[in-house]
Amino acid sequence: MASAGSRHLLGIKELSAEEIMFYLNSAGSFKDILKRDIKKVPALRGRTVVNLFLEPSTRTRTSFELAAKRLSTDVINFSAPSSSILKGESLLDTALTIEALGADIIIIRNSSSGTPHMLSRHLKAHLINAGDGTNEHPTQALLDAFTIKEKKGGFEGLKVSIVGDIIHSRVAKSNIYCLKKLGADIRLVGPATLLPEEFRELGVSTTSSMDEGLDGADVIMMLRLQLERQGKGFFPTTDEYFRQWGLSKKRLEAAKPDAIVMHPGPMNRGIEIASAVADGENSVILEQVTNGLAVRMAVMYHLDERKEQ
Amino acid sequence: MRILITGGHVIDPSQEFAGRADIVIEDGLIKTFAKDKKLRNNGLPEHIMVIDAAGMWVVPGLIDMHTHLREPGYENKETIKTGTMAALRGGFTTVCAMPNTNPVNDNPGVTEFILKKARAEGNARVLPIGAVTKGQMGEELAPIYMMREAGCIAFSDDGRPVANPLIMRRALEYAKGLDALIISHAEDPLLSGGGVMNEGLLSATMGLKGSPAIAEEVMIYRDIALSELTGGRVHIAHVSTLGGVRVIRQAKERGVAVTAETCPHYFSLTQEAVTGFNTHAKVNPPLRTQKDVEAIKEGLKDGAIDIIATDHAPHGRAEKASRQFDDAPPGISGLETALPLSLALVEKGVLSEMELIRKLTRNPARILRIDGGTLMEGMPAELAIVDTQRRFVLKAGSFMSLGKNTPFDGMELKGAVVKTIFGEKVMEWQPA
Repeated sequence: MASAGSRHLLGIKELSAEEIMFYLNSAGSFKDILKRDIKKVPALRGRTVVNLFLEPSTRTRTSFELAAKRLSTDVINFSAPSSSILKGESLLDTALTIEALGADIIIIRNSSSGTPHMLSRHLKAHLINAGDGTNEHPTQALLDAFTIKEKKGGFEGLKVSIVGDIIHSRVAKSNIYCLKKLGADIRLVGPATLLPEEFRELGVSTTSSMDEGLDGADVIMMLRLQLERQGKGFFPTTDEYFRQWGLSKKRLEAAKPDAIVMHPGPMNRGIEIASAVADGENSVILEQVTNGLAVRMAVMYHLDERKEQ
Repeated sequence: MRILITGGHVIDPSQEFAGRADIVIEDGLIKTFAKDKKLRNNGLPEHIMVIDAAGMWVVPGLIDMHTHLREPGYENKETIKTGTMAALRGGFTTVCAMPNTNPVNDNPGVTEFILKKARAEGNARVLPIGAVTKGQMGEELAPIYMMREAGCIAFSDDGRPVANPLIMRRALEYAKGLDALIISHAEDPLLSGGGVMNEGLLSATMGLKGSPAIAEEVMIYRDIALSELTGGRVHIAHVSTLGGVRVIRQAKERGVAVTAETCPHYFSLTQEAVTGFNTHAKVNPPLRTQKDVEAIKEGLKDGAIDIIATDHAPHGRAEKASRQFDDAPPGISGLETALPLSLALVEKGVLSEMELIRKLTRNPARILRIDGGTLMEGMPAELAIVDTQRRFVLKAGSFMSLGKNTPFDGMELKGAVVKTIFGEKVMEWQPA
């Protein structure tokens, strides 16, 4: 299948359902590679991938790094503490420097929404958004969709509940756009301070009631609660938060018996999710991590095929 | 030098006149304002420059109550020289310079510097606005009396709200004694909380911090209430919200001496202009929704909003293009697009030609208590000649302003200033 589309992966917002499915199907082939004894393929040998992570991250950066290595690229990691950003160089100058060093693919994570979009107006390298502020985290949504597809077979009419700090979650947003495009029935659950009703205009439902939100769900996506929000009036205490929106065994009963429980990590056990659920039989949290590799390999592989127009 | 402007459609709200008239300028003053056509046939002095304004509008030089000239301190963004040339290009002959320079215009020394520089290098009249509080910090009153003596026309902490209600109360009380005007940048900083665009679905889905309309509305409420309490005159800057217009309208209905302005971008664009993280559409207050745009137009129509000001906020190229949305400075370079954008209001039937020109000339003059904005005989010759039918594609690169930052770049606009006369100076322009 031809790999048409943008040279960058800036967000799910910019993708069509066909493009999303293309990545998911392709990721299936890469997952097969990861099951082999020799997990490395020479697909992108000679290419240089730079991880430009300006926000603390271990799992996403490691996942991208390993995915790039599995494709036989040379990988360089730039992280905030070691980067020249701290010396006062502008982010754009840093990115231009990295490109001048020969980067073919730049994977960017930053705390400011729209950073990859700004860089895409100045750079020739392929850009992959690994999380920009509270905007998007497209590869997370693709790996989540891949996981759902594996477990549930498809998306049409699937009841997906996304629970937690929706307004500040780039994972939630990318997942909303992605699963909506694929035909799922999405419910957002969380305190009204973290879940503006305007989201309904996207064709999803919103509720602050956990029982209502989980009723008959096929997929439950729990979001990480940023603990510093407590001090800013979004919710009173983490105990109170868990009582209302934490996923306990008891709460899980409202969902379908074969519902899958997802979490992008890292988890706050006992705050948004009980350990019994995180480690329970409905949980697919570790499989999400494995699938992340396959999805990121697919994304890098196909972006590399797309030449400048 | 003598100039005859003949055949134009003259609009002068100060004389409630709109129609065919000829104007003779002599030594930088309006010598004759002739509503009949005899002038062209007899009694013309020799050595006169004749400007044929057939098919054009001839209007008093526009007055901008809200301009950022950036000097002193930010000469990479704009200077008094370039900013006033941009003003003339846009048909403005008077601009009020906001005090958020570096140093802040919070003392007579800075006021004098600005005026001296304007006399030496300025191309249009500059009326400095002094800060309300020292350093615009919102804590201690600036020396309002001394700044007024030095030439400040009004007082504002524009760019920053006076957050502390007690300080605003004191400022209004103190200003009342001097009959000085306080201009309010109406934004409750705790409610706006560092928002970089309008709060709503779009800000949520773009992952940008939203500044809610209510942050403007409650501050307008507060300042109107404080104006009522103290009797101090307050002018609300850059109104952008439906709620804001409503509050001002209600206050005017019960006789409060509040006045208000809006800017062309608030009736020309909605928040959707920021899509794709377009930093050129980042402005404070932010672009709002279609409902707000309609309410602003309604407010202009029924008089809730008295004037159109530019909030001309030039920035260096890299400051907008090379920064992330969160970090890019807010503002639009507005002097050179204000008139064409405002003419669209006449085209759409929102304002009559007289009302539009009134909001750009006589009303700001009235609020500022100055004599300008008129073509009456004996007054300084300050006027603009406008080809209202001329269509052009805006090229921001050709702005006279150092600030090329505009969300209107590349758009087709209708209505171009073709000449501006400021005293002895006659400038001719090509639309860009």
